[in-house]
Amino acid sequence: MNIRHAKTFLLGAIALSFLVSLGANHINSYWLFIAYDIGINIILAVSLNLINGYTGQFSLGHAGFMAVGAYTAAVITNQFGEMNTFASGAVFLSALFAGGLLAAVAGLLVGIPTLRLRGDYLAIVTLGFGEIIRVIFQNMEKVGGARGLSVIHDWTNFFWAFGFAAVTVYVVTSLVHSTYGRGFIAVRDDEVAASAMGINPTKYKVTAFVIGAFFAGIAGGLYAHSKQFITPGGFNFMQSIAIVVMVILGGMGNTIGVIIAAVLLTLLPEFLRPVAEYRMIIYSLLLIILMLTRPQGLFSLRKSPAK
Amino acid sequence: MSEFIQQLINGLALGSILALIALGYTMVYGILRFINFAHGDIFMLGAFAGFYLAPKVATVLPTPSIGSGLAVMGISMAICAGLGIVIERLAYRPLRSRPKLTVLITAIGVSLFLEYTGQFVFGAAPKKFPEIIPVYPIMKLGGLSVTSNQIIVLAVTLILLLALRFIVLKTKIGMAMRALAFNPEAAALMGINTDVVISFTFGLGSALAAAAGILFAVNYPAIDPLMGILPGLKAFVAAVLGGIGNLPGAALGGVIIGVTETLVAGYISSTYRDAIAFGILILILLIKPSGLLGKKEIEKV
Repeated sequence: MNIRHAKTFLLGAIALSFLVSLGANHINSYWLFIAYDIGINIILAVSLNLINGYTGQFSLGHAGFMAVGAYTAAVITNQFGEMNTFASGAVFLSALFAGGLLAAVAGLLVGIPTLRLRGDYLAIVTLGFGEIIRVIFQNMEKVGGARGLSVIHDWTNFFWAFGFAAVTVYVVTSLVHSTYGRGFIAVRDDEVAASAMGINPTKYKVTAFVIGAFFAGIAGGLYAHSKQFITPGGFNFMQSIAIVVMVILGGMGNTIGVIIAAVLLTLLPEFLRPVAEYRMIIYSLLLIILMLTRPQGLFSLRKSPAK
Repeated sequence: MSEFIQQLINGLALGSILALIALGYTMVYGILRFINFAHGDIFMLGAFAGFYLAPKVATVLPTPSIGSGLAVMGISMAICAGLGIVIERLAYRPLRSRPKLTVLITAIGVSLFLEYTGQFVFGAAPKKFPEIIPVYPIMKLGGLSVTSNQIIVLAVTLILLLALRFIVLKTKIGMAMRALAFNPEAAALMGINTDVVISFTFGLGSALAAAAGILFAVNYPAIDPLMGILPGLKAFVAAVLGGIGNLPGAALGGVIIGVTETLVAGYISSTYRDAIAFGILILILLIKPSGLLGKKEIEKV
């Protein structure tokens, strides 16, 4: 994405999503909910792309951070009754931010001890942390334990979902294109060389992790207020994998590709409904074939990296 | 006290099953330096192979008996060994010189593929594993109960561990495996056919996983296509705990995880049992990343 137009893109996208949300009453509610899912998945995939794609740290625990955001935001908004648009907007925004911040704190707690690890170890540890977060929610009777938590308000709409998607894309893009952000790519390409150049790899990895977790938390809050019911089981390992597949399909470190992949992979199950039981088989085959033939992702113009 | 011993025995039985799976992880990691994510699903396939073999074996041999148990286990080990070799040939070998992340993602893909194809072919609902070995209580001492199945798990694990030790230390192919783990390039230069050795390693590891699958199914007779995920991850933790690439370490790690998990489930809370292994993993990676018996590796530029 061209960085010079990033601000125009951000404002344009937010304005557009606001306009569409005004006309949302005229849209079939089935497609509207799918549209929310698309927005949420764009946030998840683009934020994971900062960790997996740009910084090269393979994380399999993104759903855990999403769970933290979802539960935090839901618990906050459940304290409030019905209110007018402006008040609800303010409450929702602060609840989402609270969810994002708590997820970022979780990301920090996970990141500091584990990001000294590399590659496959990191993948397993993040997977483990995602599972631990899920088990903790399962044992929290205050939020319904394994039975799940009902969310009173359905405040997620087109404006919030795509507004935050635009913010995520803007933040991630301008971050990795900034002078500071080049460090993420340096850490990915060669950690030893990067640290020889005075870049502190651990600091960059933790930063990427915290920012990624923050947006995953926001996405979790939006998800909770779209589905209006959340269970710990909804944020399991499979959900993390689904986000990872979006990033890989789109091409790691390729924001536009990842956005396209998020849109396609959200729509795909809707069209695959008649063959729903093959869905995961198709996903997994896609993953294997992609890795064998086009490891750089489907929507990437780059050549496959040299050996 | 008797309750404690009871938990310890239950933990040992679970731990030996984890140890058998962990050996496959550790052998593959030792040679190829990658985590075969699909290993837990080979464990699942071993159990399902046993499920479909048992009625066929029952037509030839009296069931349940020791003979039928051994026959089912032997055939399903052979089937899974073949599967492991095929998976390596098709999915991993073409990627051998690619970045580790590519191979890891492929392994996750293979794992998901086996799970969901399994769900499609076998059905998602849990199935009851048939009785292939006669069960009778061996000891009943003041609340302590040990079944013949638990003894069989321990005995079979011990025999397989000794057999593996013999293969790795005393045979030519075992020597080749160790050479490859030590230095793949030098081993190839010395005339070792690396492809054959790697195939053999996958076959050996998958056979052990299949044996673990049968032992698991005999003890906990409800099997389903996703049953391999958690034991697989826990066995991986066991391999890391013992020092990945180290065979006795994997066995030790398996037993430690199995016993800890059973004790925590018995004395603290069973709802946290699945988080135990991951907690141990995080602790060991923070304190001693090379594992209990592992050697420290220095990264050279």
